[in-house]
Amino acid sequence: MKALLDTYGALLLKAIGMHIVYSAISVAIGFVLGLALGILLSRVPRLSGLLFPVISIFQTIPGLVFIGLLFLWLGMVPAAVIAALSVYAMFPVLKNTYTGLLGVEKKYIEAAKGCGMSPMQSLFKVELPLALPSIMAGLRMAAIYTVSWAVLASMIGLGGLGDFVYQGTSSNNNTLILLGAVPAAVLAIGFGSLVDWLQKRITPRGMKKEVRR
Amino acid sequence: MIQFEHVNKSYGKNLILNDLNFTIPDGQFVVLIGPSGCGKTTTLKTINRLIEPDSGHIYIDGQDITKVDKVQLRRHIGYVIQQIGLFPNMTVAENICVVPKLLNYDKERCDQIVQDMLKLVGMEAHRNKYPAELSGGQQQRIGVLRALAASPPIVLMDEPFGALDPQTREILQDEVKKLQQKLGKTVIFVTHDMDEALKLADIIIFMDGGVVVQMASPEEMLEHPATERIADFLGKHAPESKNEHLVERFMRTNVRAVKKNRGVMECAELMARYSVDTLLVKDETGHYLGTVSIGDIRKWGRDLSSIEPIVRQTARTVYVGEDARESFDYLLESSAPYVIVLNRDNTIAGIVTKTSVARSVAENLWREQR
Repeated sequence: MKALLDTYGALLLKAIGMHIVYSAISVAIGFVLGLALGILLSRVPRLSGLLFPVISIFQTIPGLVFIGLLFLWLGMVPAAVIAALSVYAMFPVLKNTYTGLLGVEKKYIEAAKGCGMSPMQSLFKVELPLALPSIMAGLRMAAIYTVSWAVLASMIGLGGLGDFVYQGTSSNNNTLILLGAVPAAVLAIGFGSLVDWLQKRITPRGMKKEVRR
Repeated sequence: MIQFEHVNKSYGKNLILNDLNFTIPDGQFVVLIGPSGCGKTTTLKTINRLIEPDSGHIYIDGQDITKVDKVQLRRHIGYVIQQIGLFPNMTVAENICVVPKLLNYDKERCDQIVQDMLKLVGMEAHRNKYPAELSGGQQQRIGVLRALAASPPIVLMDEPFGALDPQTREILQDEVKKLQQKLGKTVIFVTHDMDEALKLADIIIFMDGGVVVQMASPEEMLEHPATERIADFLGKHAPESKNEHLVERFMRTNVRAVKKNRGVMECAELMARYSVDTLLVKDETGHYLGTVSIGDIRKWGRDLSSIEPIVRQTARTVYVGEDARESFDYLLESSAPYVIVLNRDNTIAGIVTKTSVARSVAENLWREQR
């Protein structure tokens, strides 16, 4: 174990660091894009009828192929990885934002309107807070997926924990595979818990289950 | 003052509002009522422009409301909906302050409003709770307060108590009526419940098929319903309504009856214990036989073992479902103390006494007062 750490310790730390950077940046970009698009689509539900089929086709393209394409187009730069991961991170957020917003009960929207809220005020003061649980679930999914997909970065030679996994598979070395896979799994769980914690922090008490009578 | 002038609205081919023309004076409690689909809710929603009419004009204090920004307009008109719609992500205080905040009141003023409002309904302790922590009745109280918070002169209520249990509903009706009178608001209130309308309204607007069929005070509507439909709706409240005078509405049901084979002494004791001078007598199966009086027991009772021989059938009887007024007339004209009410199978249902007459008279007077 000690020998293993001596040999790979520094490399492993670097790989974990890169992995986190790729994932965090991609999730952040994906979240912002997904949220914005989700809001936009929920305002114009007619548009969603056109866009959602396109998006779901897009989603069926394997990440591997997509990263490959971006690599051909952008070259061997981190931007290619981040762009690909961001797009995949965007989907669950977009979808959950959209369904979350459409799922807000009509009575709240009517009350907001009747109180004299402008459409923007209704969105930010009422609809988004009420859609928050759904949006956060989307973010959670995005975070976990992205961490696992970030393994693909090494496919185009850009490091991350994927390096260990690929080296391991090509040299038939299980220790190396585990050295990449275990931290990746732990990271995924870590990201998920981080989102859970965040959700707890920002959900108003009135919307938490334990308050319900 | 709210004026409707030739207001029309249709959805596709369906004419929902058909040339509405009426004026609502300030400070009145106005109830819009009618069968479902009659356009009452649509009418209400045109006032705060949640629904825009196809043609015609609505004026508030002489101002055409289409000339006012609708978001601004709504901030100056209170609005309460049936589903309550308190924002679950906000506390009670935050919910009450939604409109004042939209109007950019400062924090101190908002706090003061919350305090004053909660005091109105005695819910000061609930200030920092969330809607999910309140009962349905408490939630709708806050719903009403939210509508009142920025002191709008007009408050619209769309079946606000429809989802509450009958008891809570009555309490809230009383509270709202009191608030309306105390604060001098013009309230436009939609309901399909005539009890509620008669209880709350200064003016009832009866709608059917998108037109105003009758606009009148509750008293006037009760006395002169404009159409058969309104009379139907008034149902049990209408004076000429039949079941109003059914004899069972006025009878006493806690009457003492004894079986015919009871002993004379026993009956005399029962009379003494309940301080009555007659007992009703029934046979083994519960059918009415007649009455036995203390006078007869005194005269002939010594030689008898059971009361059967001295049962008389002189008391007047009526059947359930008959008109009470005949019995009242009989009681008032004769010196008879009661009329016996029988079920269709000749079992005893109750008795009508002079007290019943008094109740009926009182009810009639009370209605005329209203």
